[in-house]
Amino acid sequence: MIDLDYMAGLVPVILRFVPLTFGMAVGSMIGALVLAAVLAVIRVLRIPVAHQAAGVFISFFRGTPLLVQLFLFYYGLPQAIPAFVAIDGVTAAMLGLTLHFAAYMAESLRGAILGVARDQWEAARAVGMTEGQTMRRIILPQAARVFAPTMVNYFVDILKSTSLAFTLGVTEMMGAAQKEAAGSFRYLESFLVVAIIYWIMVEVLSRVQAWLERRTERRATGGTRA
Amino acid sequence: MSGRCGASLAGLTKRFGETTVLRGIDLCVEPGECVAVIGPSGTGKSTLLRCWNFLERAQAGRVQIGDLSVDAAAATRAEVLAMRRRTSFVFQSYALFANKTARQNIAEGLTVVRGMPQAQADARAMSILRDIGLADRADAYPSNLSGGQQQRIGIARAMALDADLMLLDEPTSALDPEWVGEVLALMRRVAEAGQTMVVVTHEMQFAREIANRVVFMDGGVIVEEGPPERIFSDPTDPRTRAFLQRVL
Ligand SMILES: Nc1ncnc2c1ncn2[C@@H]1O[C@H](COP(=O)(O)OP(=O)(O)O)[C@@H](O)[C@H]1O
Ligand SMILES: [Mg+2]
Repeated sequence: MIDLDYMAGLVPVILRFVPLTFGMAVGSMIGALVLAAVLAVIRVLRIPVAHQAAGVFISFFRGTPLLVQLFLFYYGLPQAIPAFVAIDGVTAAMLGLTLHFAAYMAESLRGAILGVARDQWEAARAVGMTEGQTMRRIILPQAARVFAPTMVNYFVDILKSTSLAFTLGVTEMMGAAQKEAAGSFRYLESFLVVAIIYWIMVEVLSRVQAWLERRTERRATGGTRA
Repeated sequence: MSGRCGASLAGLTKRFGETTVLRGIDLCVEPGECVAVIGPSGTGKSTLLRCWNFLERAQAGRVQIGDLSVDAAAATRAEVLAMRRRTSFVFQSYALFANKTARQNIAEGLTVVRGMPQAQADARAMSILRDIGLADRADAYPSNLSGGQQQRIGIARAMALDADLMLLDEPTSALDPEWVGEVLALMRRVAEAGQTMVVVTHEMQFAREIANRVVFMDGGVIVEEGPPERIFSDPTDPRTRAFLQRVL
């Protein structure tokens, strides 16, 4: 019923697209992290106007489906902004993933920042640091430590979500499998191969996360530090 | 309230919502003086210190250090920063930077705020650590230090800034009894080195032996102040007498 030889033959074909999938995920992750940090700091410091704008941004990107957002960027935006006519699927997908996950990460990073003890803020101000210095030197590094294990969760989410790029005509892992299946009519085998490859990648990441969590815990309880 | 004071508060009034915590505080600290502030808890002692470096914003009054005198209620962001940079603060809870080692805690203000080169700041931090007998803990994080060690680093962080005014808010109150002695000894050294300081404390021994002046606060006002010998042996106000009877 399942053609194992076909599957085995397909593995190297799909694996060729792992770098693209991974690259899109890493790129989106970095973009989302930077944007999330900016949004979270704006929210925590309640910077006028920017604070409200960040709120609307976060609400929109959390409140609408990622697929709808991707279609908006790829098919919708060129109609309104001519510069976007030239946008390719990979760029549109990464833009969408970045904005979407920045909105989620901003909220959880904000939580991590607010979780830093009040006296850390006061101690930094008392030595004469500006709000920016306080944030950069004292608060964000402590929030990041708490946020690190969660960050792996977001990366896993982003990695899996890159498969949606296939709906924008990008031939990544999912797109490649779809093409193979369309030629051979072996849908089960093709999508099973994709699923297993995603699964293995996510499993590896989970191990990394478990290791990160153990390390954070050790630090929190005052063990030896790097 | 000008001229002779190294640092002063004038007419300082602070409310939290409906409750008035400070009711027009006037206090003048001479350069090199060590002033001990005593009084029942909930009286506004911490708030007084925290208004001086703008961790709290008062509703009225003036705050002065050296040639800088600002309206406590209307101080601009730049004035707040300038006032903070003329003070150092020691917290009851130590409040060491949790993401920094002992050495980094001391050097941080020097590099980030004073713009001192890293190597020079590290050298200064190490020299202070050696001086207070904690050189071997230079690379330890706060979570690996005892309470007494943390508070000594807290004081060292303040010492490094070489501020015009050092504010200390009950620096020994959170300590296990075994660590109180070493922290008091360091505070004595700082005072004897001529650092201008205002210390809120429950350690009457410290107030009596080290302070040049004792200020007794109750209900958001300064009830009585004077040299320790007089305050402790001959308090004039009945509230001071009652308080001292309770704590001595
Ligand atoms: N952030 C705050 N918000 C509301 N009330 C406060 C705050 N800080 C202090 N208070 C109140 O102000 C009063 C004086 O507090 P504090 O200055 O800490 O007194 P002390 O240091 O003499 O014990 C207390 O009644 C306290 O509950
Ligand atoms: Mg207090």
